[in-house]
Amino acid sequence: MTTQTAPEGVLVTTTSASTQTPPAPRPPETGRGPDSGSGSGSGDSSGVAGPPTPPRPRRLPSPIRPSAFGAEDVFLLVASAVSALCLVWIVFYQLTSLSGGLGFLVAWYLTFLALTWLGTAQMIERQVATDRVVGVVVVSAALLVIGIVLFIVVWVAAKAIPTIHWGALFTKDQKSFQVADPHALDHVGILHAIIGTFEQVGLAVLMGVPFAIATAIYLNEVKGFGSRTVRTVVTAMSGTPSVVAGIFIYSMLILTHVLSYSGFAASLALVVILLPSVTRVVEEVLRVVPSGLREASQALGAPEWRTVWSVVLPTARSGVVTAVLLGIARIVGETAPLLFTAFGSQVLNLSPFTHDQGALPLVIWSDVRQAQPVLIDLAFQAAFVLMCLVLILFVLARLFSRPRGRKGGWRRGDNRPAEDDLFARFIVPVPIQERTDP
Amino acid sequence: MAIDLDSPRADRPPGTPTPIVVTRDYSTPDRIFRKGVQASGLGVFVLLVAIGSFLAWYGWPAFRTAGWGFFTHSGPVTPGSTSGFGVLASLTGTVEVAFVAMLFGAPVAVCTALFLSEYAPLKTRPSLIAMIDLAAAIPSIIFGLWAFFELQPNVVGFSTWLSRHASFIPFFKVSSPPLNASIFIAGLVVGIMIVPIVASICREVFSLAPAGEREAALALGASRWQMIRTVVLPFARGGMIGAVMLGLGRALEETIAVSIILGGSYKVTTEILQHGGSTISQLIATNFGSGGQLGLHDLLLCGFVLFVLTLIINLAASAIVNRSRSGAGVDL
Repeated sequence: MTTQTAPEGVLVTTTSASTQTPPAPRPPETGRGPDSGSGSGSGDSSGVAGPPTPPRPRRLPSPIRPSAFGAEDVFLLVASAVSALCLVWIVFYQLTSLSGGLGFLVAWYLTFLALTWLGTAQMIERQVATDRVVGVVVVSAALLVIGIVLFIVVWVAAKAIPTIHWGALFTKDQKSFQVADPHALDHVGILHAIIGTFEQVGLAVLMGVPFAIATAIYLNEVKGFGSRTVRTVVTAMSGTPSVVAGIFIYSMLILTHVLSYSGFAASLALVVILLPSVTRVVEEVLRVVPSGLREASQALGAPEWRTVWSVVLPTARSGVVTAVLLGIARIVGETAPLLFTAFGSQVLNLSPFTHDQGALPLVIWSDVRQAQPVLIDLAFQAAFVLMCLVLILFVLARLFSRPRGRKGGWRRGDNRPAEDDLFARFIVPVPIQERTDP
Repeated sequence: MAIDLDSPRADRPPGTPTPIVVTRDYSTPDRIFRKGVQASGLGVFVLLVAIGSFLAWYGWPAFRTAGWGFFTHSGPVTPGSTSGFGVLASLTGTVEVAFVAMLFGAPVAVCTALFLSEYAPLKTRPSLIAMIDLAAAIPSIIFGLWAFFELQPNVVGFSTWLSRHASFIPFFKVSSPPLNASIFIAGLVVGIMIVPIVASICREVFSLAPAGEREAALALGASRWQMIRTVVLPFARGGMIGAVMLGLGRALEETIAVSIILGGSYKVTTEILQHGGSTISQLIATNFGSGGQLGLHDLLLCGFVLFVLTLIINLAASAIVNRSRSGAGVDL
């Protein structure tokens, strides 16, 4: 409402009508100064008519807000989509005789973007058009990724569930499978693989998690000699190809006849993958333990190990549990290291220390490349069980990582809640320097 | 008289309690504790060195047999022969798969990260982030299954379309169909698999962009995209480069999904749309157990090459991310 208090001379220049005719005496009760919005419309009438007409409500040119999104904009998007569909259909199929669903989709999408830009630029403005097209691209990229994830989950379930014989799947191994037996699924299951996976992952967690927690304590609590180097090494190790982890254990232990192919060798290979990721997450968790707690413990005279054991680790408990769960979720589906260590087996082998052992990923890997439809079905069932395991672990990790007493979405202002940081750190263990939070 | 607190033996008035001397010495349990965690830290170091040295040690016989020809020949050791094997086609195939993956995955990942940090409604943001994180948790063999059964049949049509109408680009030339089991398809899958990695770092560096500058840009009338272009992206440039390189490291090492897709012909090719091609990890995973003793050494040497390659890229990438994360050059 700057126009109310602005001096008259400034406003007079804005309308040509009021410069020529002397301004009519304004009724004081309206409280409005002569303004540009009504000046052009009422300027003529006020010059002619004797009695002062009450001025119309002021209409400023409505500001363009790129973020405003109304029915008109939705219509524009839909219209662009439909017209792009028609255009591409004509060009793609009728004129150039192209083919392929995916190619059509890509061409349609690009045309849609172009039409959206042109339409918005015509109707509103070019900067708004660019803003809106970028918005469409960003949203559709995210929807694409989310859509693929959901599709994979649903697709595996849909392929597996109709063929599952629940009685056999969890109680039989693949020993009695015979080629060209259409009812093989009645007496063939993946018990051997489930047992194998549980033993291998369990051993890997037993060996890897204490190691990882100790290393994280070294990096964050003790900070002794060489901890910078160790942090770099952990980062470097987190990029170790999983296939390399497998052939490393193979060359170190199996080639030298220390071990035979066994579940234990597989779990050692899994430790190589588990260790750096869990170390980084646990270090991140320990970092957010308030140092006041440590200082209080030390001021009470507790030795360092006692501070870590009774104060730091209990405070960070939920984060550590999250780290371990995510670590399990990561290694449970690893296939490449198992090829060289557990080797895979069709029969149930309860001992992880002797002989070849099956595993869920190995069942998928070996069965899906067979020409037997029954085996492919079995591979999908194994994939379904594996997916369920991963989902359960993932959901549990989410539950544990959420701080108590807070639910739902973020509040405006807290841009980076800690639980999402943990997940990010797990996906990519990158070293973080001192936080630069204000 | 002044009391010398530093020295407990100084003269002091009678009746004053003797000050306790706090030493910097650790007690015995503490010393054991410190040595213990230090040992595990050193253990990680030893493990990394052991990986490199074992692979190099057992790969050496293959290198002695093949010489530098290891880097100019292609294919695994065939039974009975002692020459003509090498890593060249697998190395170029690895680079090509990673290239396709980055070309497709990096823009999608950056857009996804922008969506998560700038566009998504605050209420639904955590669940959307969880969906993207879930993509990182899905095992690569399941991605491989999906790509083999669902993605591949669709992409073959697209490949045909590209090869017919875009063959002026040398990469899209096709000399010998079929067009399934190609480097292009493998690259697409790997591209999807690296999205959560790149997106999660990008999201983090985007959200670190200073709020003051964001609001300044918006207050000056910038649209959301103009604000992103002038504030968020310049601020996050280093982190984005690092994130893409970390994704590249992941793309280079991907084994199982690629092995399910690729046909495995060991010939250097730039025609990525057609059947065939191999990567180092695919070579190792699919040829394990064939080729006798020499073949084993060959695979271990290939593993060493892959190990060194990913090590260099990952260290460089994390150095870049690390530096960009400190927020240097932003004073607000």
